[in-house]
Amino acid sequence: MSPLSRREFVAAGVAAGAGLVIGFYLPHKASSEKESFSPSAYLRITPDNKITIVVARSEMGQGVRTALPMILAEELEADWKQITIEQAGASTLFGDQTTGGSASIRTTWDPMRKAGAAAREMLISAAALTWNVSRSSCAAEKSRIRHAATNRSLSYGELANRAATLPVPTDLPLKQSKDYKIVGQPLPRIDSPAKVTGEAVFGIDYRMPGMKFAVLSRCPTIAGKVSAFDDKEAKKISGIRYVGRIGDSAVAVVGDSVWEAMEGRRVLNVTWDEGANKDLNTAAVMASLKQAGSKKSVSLYAAGDPTKVSGRHISAEYELPFMAHAPMEPGNCTAHFQRTKCELWAPTQVPQDCRDSVATAIGLDPDQVKVNVTLMGGGFGRRLEHDYAVEAALVSKAITAPVKVIWTREDDMRFSTYRPASLHQLNAAVDGTGFPVALTHRIIAPSISGQKGQPVPGGVDPDLPDEAGPVYGLPNYSIEYVMTETPVPLGWMRSVYALQAAFALESFIDELAVAAGQDPLQYRLRLLAKDHDLQYFTTTWHTARMRAVLQLAAEKAGWDKPLPAGHYRGVACFGCFASYMAEVVEITMENGQPRVHRVVAVVDCGQIVNPGILEQQIQGGIVYGLGNALRAKITIEKGRIVQGNFDDYAPVRMEETPVVEVYAIPSAEVPTGIGEPSVPPVAPALCNAIYAATKKRIRALPILG
Amino acid sequence: MADIALRVNGSEKKLSVSPETPLLWVLRDTLELTGTKFGCGAGLCGACTVHVDGNPIRSCSTPVSQVAGKSVTTIEGLGANGLHVLQQAWIAEEVPQCGYCQTGQIMSAAALLAKTPNPTDEQITQAMNGNLCRCGTYERIRKAVHRAAGNGNGGSR
Repeated sequence: MSPLSRREFVAAGVAAGAGLVIGFYLPHKASSEKESFSPSAYLRITPDNKITIVVARSEMGQGVRTALPMILAEELEADWKQITIEQAGASTLFGDQTTGGSASIRTTWDPMRKAGAAAREMLISAAALTWNVSRSSCAAEKSRIRHAATNRSLSYGELANRAATLPVPTDLPLKQSKDYKIVGQPLPRIDSPAKVTGEAVFGIDYRMPGMKFAVLSRCPTIAGKVSAFDDKEAKKISGIRYVGRIGDSAVAVVGDSVWEAMEGRRVLNVTWDEGANKDLNTAAVMASLKQAGSKKSVSLYAAGDPTKVSGRHISAEYELPFMAHAPMEPGNCTAHFQRTKCELWAPTQVPQDCRDSVATAIGLDPDQVKVNVTLMGGGFGRRLEHDYAVEAALVSKAITAPVKVIWTREDDMRFSTYRPASLHQLNAAVDGTGFPVALTHRIIAPSISGQKGQPVPGGVDPDLPDEAGPVYGLPNYSIEYVMTETPVPLGWMRSVYALQAAFALESFIDELAVAAGQDPLQYRLRLLAKDHDLQYFTTTWHTARMRAVLQLAAEKAGWDKPLPAGHYRGVACFGCFASYMAEVVEITMENGQPRVHRVVAVVDCGQIVNPGILEQQIQGGIVYGLGNALRAKITIEKGRIVQGNFDDYAPVRMEETPVVEVYAIPSAEVPTGIGEPSVPPVAPALCNAIYAATKKRIRALPILG
Repeated sequence: MADIALRVNGSEKKLSVSPETPLLWVLRDTLELTGTKFGCGAGLCGACTVHVDGNPIRSCSTPVSQVAGKSVTTIEGLGANGLHVLQQAWIAEEVPQCGYCQTGQIMSAAALLAKTPNPTDEQITQAMNGNLCRCGTYERIRKAVHRAAGNGNGGSR
């Protein structure tokens, strides 16, 4: 599958509630593993009573190595302490393994539950056969099958061989939420201990015998190329083993150590063909967005017809810049090419894309490429690209030795893919009481998928259905999209288009509340007062659920209570990745800049798998969103990305971090996304608080220019 | 190339490396102590923090020649007998998400506690402000430092 069709498949699978797994039930018993019970690719139970659960998503801090096994262990009635985790590499057994779109729980909820339930039922059958008793007299509990009547029990390990001879059942009773023992518990993350001792192996840490290190000199202008290079000086550096062109736009310098490779690159002399973008700058990119503002749009959502509504019109335009993911671990990948095969150790969100694009790049079949997935030092969408993997494979092929390609921070900042800059035109018609009888939101932005040459059916970027839906049940409400183009490389960055959509919509709603002379919270609650089911592509948004998160956020924040002198609040609510989120931000202004003291965040994400990890994700998403709102801005001059390191692209540090209180609506609904939904409301809630403090409306991010 | 002797986590090391090589790469590539991380290469993020004679330094911006004859402690040498109290606190407060920056965070916190056993919030912010975390774990880091210091079960602002 192409990278995109896979991403679309995720969305389709979620929509159908069907999970995604192809070949979910393997013929149990792989020939190499005679002594194990493996009713699905997700699970292996061996006679030594070891229970191994396979995680087919990538761990980038969001907790999948803990949360996904919990889902399976719940149905398996396993003793959690007995579980061992195994990370899947690129495989054909698990369907799409992309880790993104806040979809890991959403897409594995059904397959993991069914895998656990199938094994449980088979173990019960194996015990019933062993004891010659009825299945219904046996029960699974803590990795044992018990026969209460005779007070006998057998461990899963003891039953593994017999269970492996039984057919895999198709009719699977699944547990009710009220009976959960593991799901819903704040179990400690299994990956924490290794991460505090330094033993955890991230991509950059992987080592193998004979491995070399490479850094690449890339053309500084967007889409420029190598014209020629002179490696005389570079080769004088000790430890430099190879200098050579990789693809059209880079020269690799390979050394015995990272430092030697970096030193070699420093003195490497490359002449660049700067190409068509050599005069590109930010102003031109933003001007082209503005020009596209009058273009015909496609409809994302339409209720009634806002163009036919009369009333007082209020309009505003909002603008957002390009942003960089900047995960802490810079890009890297280790590759070992050996003529007819290539093995990779990749910190990647897309092991299958790495496999496929590496195969194409080095002329192998995909099944000749093995991709091992390492821990990632953050992802945030950056590792949905497979550039590092392709580079590592090409360099390994060039030097016929294992090699680790490492990006520096400057490489990461300047040769990344960026959150698209966007423009938003909001228009409302309000009635005599100041409430909108019509609302139009036009999103003008380049398409990430479109730029990558992936399908954009009907002119709708395929991410927008998860990220730009309606919040309020208005009688005349239109959300529209104008697809633009830009040469600036685009990527999926945490919450993707939801950040832009929420900033524009929730700032504008605040403007309407102010124009109506009403409290912004009460104004929103009135807009959400009636129960509406808003159908947006495959998601049905319920205003009742949004109302509930907003009410709880207001209550926990003490919205109706006075604040200390000099403190101000702002609120925003937004839904994306099928989850509902409301945030109240409390600030003071110091020297004309906001200082955020407290954020109250409420989520409705359906059934919670691990409330501890959920709290981490929301706290972290809010700090990430705060950085995006305050300072995140990538600019372009002379075709080059200007920012290079954490001084001119400065994330939030401890001194700026607010206390974040997290609350979740108890729910037994199907679980929805949690990695991204906390990001989008931060910027509008913060800007709304700044308005409360200063009466100045911020319509362009970042706040600190 | 130069011969450089230093002590790393209590054992003597004699190295033949180019003297301007940053300590970070000597630790990671020569001594294979990969718990110390590369984040920015410019002393801006703190992921590479180690102790030299007890003081926290950014190993990415410290030439190895500057630490010749000195004693370097990395995350691998922090808990000489099992987990350091900060490592325990980090686990108890469930600090790590991706975890990449956390070894550097812990080394900065350990240097703080060695000199200031009961730090205030202000002192924690001052000591930890140079360590970036893109997962946004800062408030849990604060709680873990308080927990390790023994001043309250997680503390407060």
